Amino acid sequence: MNPILTVAAKEFRDDFRNRWTVALTILFALLALGIAWFGSAAAGRVGFTSFDATLASLTTLGAFVIPLIGLLIAYDTIVGERDDGTLLLMLSYPLARGQLVAGKFLGHCGALAVATLAGFGLAVAIMQWLQPPAQMAQAWLQIGRFIVSASLLGACFVGLACLISVQTADKSRAAGLALIGWLASVVLFDLALLALLVVSGGNPLERAVYPYLLLLNPVDVFRLVNLTALGDGAGNDLLTGMTAHHAYSPVLLGLLLLGWAVVPFAWALLAFRRKEV
Amino acid sequence: MNHAIELDALAKRYGALAALDGVTACVPRGQVIGLLGHNGAGKSTLIKLILGLIAPSGGRLEVLGQSPWRAHALRRRIGYLPESATFYASLSGRELLDYLARLKQAPRGQVSTLLERVGLAHAADRRVGTYSKGMRQRLGLAQALLGSPELVLLDEPTTGLDPQATRELYRIVGELRADGRCVLVSSHLLAELEPHIDGTLILRQGRLLAAGSLHALGEAAALPAQVLLRPRDQAGLELIVRLESGGLSARPRPDGRLELQVPRASKLHTLRELLADPAIVDLDVREPTLAQLYDWLGAGPQATAEARA
Repeated sequence: MNPILTVAAKEFRDDFRNRWTVALTILFALLALGIAWFGSAAAGRVGFTSFDATLASLTTLGAFVIPLIGLLIAYDTIVGERDDGTLLLMLSYPLARGQLVAGKFLGHCGALAVATLAGFGLAVAIMQWLQPPAQMAQAWLQIGRFIVSASLLGACFVGLACLISVQTADKSRAAGLALIGWLASVVLFDLALLALLVVSGGNPLERAVYPYLLLLNPVDVFRLVNLTALGDGAGNDLLTGMTAHHAYSPVLLGLLLLGWAVVPFAWALLAFRRKEV
Repeated sequence: MNHAIELDALAKRYGALAALDGVTACVPRGQVIGLLGHNGAGKSTLIKLILGLIAPSGGRLEVLGQSPWRAHALRRRIGYLPESATFYASLSGRELLDYLARLKQAPRGQVSTLLERVGLAHAADRRVGTYSKGMRQRLGLAQALLGSPELVLLDEPTTGLDPQATRELYRIVGELRADGRCVLVSSHLLAELEPHIDGTLILRQGRLLAAGSLHALGEAAALPAQVLLRPRDQAGLELIVRLESGGLSARPRPDGRLELQVPRASKLHTLRELLADPAIVDLDVREPTLAQLYDWLGAGPQATAEARA
């Protein structure tokens, strides 16, 4: 078997073995069901509202949770082995360094994708079973898009975690950097964009550039992929309001997210090749 | 190709620091070679170079007939036991070897055979995290033998092993030699290593201090042999005086025996005389040890202190 697949299979199995995958599946299913039934509690209603509203809330939540999970699942993937002293052993085996990183990346991405599919798939199945009005093919299409984009978003951050793991000297530093990476991409980036918007007062140049600035962050691309597909009135007014005049091509958004999944990983590959051991 | 490893003016520099500096040596196939030197002498650097994990800064290195730097396929023919090996604690011994065998494209049937051979068959399905230090070291040896490598690198293989396990390890090293494979063992435990090696490479501060068979090195160093004598009751003082008149200085030891340093050239002659001496009831000849040779070469007091400890 190809060494990349051998490493990937091991990492994938390890994520199952240490309960990552199962825990994530349960977390995703509970989140989805909780949002579906209690998401509109603030509006004074409890109970299943609409599939669109559920998906919009899930997107917002996923944009926070999935990057964090991607980082947590993989931040120690190389530096942890360095700490344990197994890295030298692995590198003494007949596989290229790139193959080791690629295998680890694929294994963790696979585990995350399986958890996403199982967790959200299960939640949708339960929703459709309990709520006959939600039984529509449209729902599966939308949740399918959500699952694929969430997996790609996860891959972006698994890739970033690999990069951090390759570049740091010990595990605690890697954990710190991973948290900073999460904060920067999930919270600070959007805050900075908002601040920019407020300070500039929304002049024409700013309005023209803003939709493209959003594409610089995979988290926002993930939001756009899901929210623009849902259309207006699904509880995503802030984002769609700011970008209303800009039509994003869904294909382009998908490709962009794919690109974002590849960039940090490719960087990690190059960095690891150059690393002195 | 009769050399497993050939080094020609090999150098490795990290910035201004020369970890290895102009090392020229050959390691023949079918021999067990001790790689000696104090901490920081360049042993680990040399092992990483042989594994192709780092690039030489200068000189030439050939392992099994090719340059090892980034030669992934070559590593299928090399086995490596890292110093104080740790492994994925959550896997069982068998799962770990299975995984590594797949990476090395070694026949999977070897896994059980090797577990048997290093005496871990009974613990094969236990998690590696529950293994003792000695068991982990034996597991490390088993993985180093996956794929029947032509060259085996053992980095401090006996640290933490009890005497029984150490004997077992060197028994397997002996089998490898009999099989025509080359084994490079790095160790601080000179006395323990000495009976099992055919030759040495001794490094100090990145330079090659000595290389060759123990016998040849011993000849070159011409270290005196040590003779311990047990004098007949009350005959000790008289014996010392007599020996001094014959040009041999004897030093009494706390256990009542006398210690003599006998020059190599006159060893047999002196021994014959001593054997004929009625005042001596017992006699013990000690050839210069690897540790003494090491001291004489000045390979570093630190390492020798550890060897004696």
